[in-house]
Amino acid sequence: MSGAATDVVAALDAQTIVDAVGLGSVYALMAVGIGLVFGVLRLINFAYGQVVMAGAYTLAFTSQADWPTWLGVATCFGVTVALSLLLERLVFRPLRTATPVVMLVTTFAVAFLLQNVALLVDVNDDTIGEPAASVASLNQAVTVWGVDVRKVTIVAVVAAAALLAALALLLTRTRIGLQMRAAATDFRTARLLGVRANTVIGFAVLLSGVIAGVVAVILTVQIPLVQPSFALNETIVVLVGVVVGGIDRLWTATLGGFAIGFATGVINGALPTDKTVFLPSAVFTLVILVLLLRPAGLFAPRGATSVERV
Amino acid sequence: MAPEPMLELRDVGVRYGPVSVVRRLSLEVAKGEIVGLIGPNGAGKSTTLHAIMGLVPPHEGDIRLGGRSMRGASPENVARAGIALVPEGRRIFSQLTVEENLRLGLAGRRDRAGSEEAVESVAELFPVVREFRRRPAGALSGGQQQQLAIARALVAGPDVLLLDEPSLGLAPRMVDVVFEVLGEIRRRGISVLLVEQRAQRTVAFADRTYLMANGEQRLTLTPADASDTERMVAAYLS
Repeated sequence: MSGAATDVVAALDAQTIVDAVGLGSVYALMAVGIGLVFGVLRLINFAYGQVVMAGAYTLAFTSQADWPTWLGVATCFGVTVALSLLLERLVFRPLRTATPVVMLVTTFAVAFLLQNVALLVDVNDDTIGEPAASVASLNQAVTVWGVDVRKVTIVAVVAAAALLAALALLLTRTRIGLQMRAAATDFRTARLLGVRANTVIGFAVLLSGVIAGVVAVILTVQIPLVQPSFALNETIVVLVGVVVGGIDRLWTATLGGFAIGFATGVINGALPTDKTVFLPSAVFTLVILVLLLRPAGLFAPRGATSVERV
Repeated sequence: MAPEPMLELRDVGVRYGPVSVVRRLSLEVAKGEIVGLIGPNGAGKSTTLHAIMGLVPPHEGDIRLGGRSMRGASPENVARAGIALVPEGRRIFSQLTVEENLRLGLAGRRDRAGSEEAVESVAELFPVVREFRRRPAGALSGGQQQQLAIARALVAGPDVLLLDEPSLGLAPRMVDVVFEVLGEIRRRGISVLLVEQRAQRTVAFADRTYLMANGEQRLTLTPADASDTERMVAAYLS
């Protein structure tokens, strides 16, 4: 066994696994948020990280204003949902018939716009970065079977499991869920049957906004100094994970998000502390290998010809 | 005064870019009437149905449902106004179950009340739908999928049903089944506009049939004309 592989295996202790599962859960949630909108709009929303960032700033400002934590979290959800719906109404809807390239470039523009708006708001006090202390208590660790687990890891895993289960129920048991699945497969035929495009797209965007709120809370616990670049790196990694998993189906995209988060956690645990600078190189080498071997996606069914995107 | 037609097209023209695909087409479908639309490939039959459903905007003329103009309406609003389309190639959702496909048709209902009764009533008309309810729709045969596509359109409770080549690619026995179903739909008082390649059978079956060629209406035929093949061939080749 090569030295690197031995290091990875040696790093697979319970602590590393728990941290990797926690990271994978957050990335899986972000993948769902991105995948839901892609399913109905064919739009890769690069600005998703900036929606998360807006939620994180909300937590920071409400924390500094001494708002109760529950109110700060509720406002964070309000901001991520409202911003998502606003982007859909003002940007995505007018571009609905545009080519995917135009839509992708537009989301880049929106991402940079929001980042610069955040910068303008942030530098008001002559420093960049706003601390969010209200949710910091979730950083405390509890010992479970001899393993130190941060409370936020438990929150991330439970939130991801609960949200994914609720989403699965919604998609399979409700009228709007059925319409979303149909629209994601063949939007034109769904509309011909009377499925309202604006309702289905609006609902998918709303769900992705709620998920952005959850991600904002979890990431703010892990990175308590909120800056304009907040969640940008995570979004890039998750987008790569979504493509690696298979963007054509929501469940493969979600697994892709989880897989890249888990792999990042494990490799991070395996690398010596002075070598963590090589983490992105190691992760992206793995990504290139996967795409060479399974270009349709790591979790895409073999030989599948038709697709179900939600 | 004659009753208002259920569906009326007045001087409708459709263009794809500079190419005129449908030219000043006028036709009417009365309540409970089956009207055929036949013609060679590229005559503009499917485009006519797409224009009615709001998929392509007509550049001239008007489309009315029960006297109300449908011009500029989105496909979902046309469906919710009471026009259902059984598209060419069936377009069923193969990864959803038969029942889920059927329930999607409920999106076009103007009133949610009576949805369950509509599903049951349609399942009665199509035993295959009841029998394979929980099966993925993609596992059905072509004929069964066509029945499902018609059933899905009917649960919306439409005033007008548009069918785009429902017998395409089906075995002769299944074609008979489709025409039997159309007979039952006629008995239920639903207006039907039927686009078909089986010219003779359509002319014999429909109350009235329009023959289109090169985007224009060339002939209006009645069931009595079904045996006049020379006239039809001449119109096809004109």
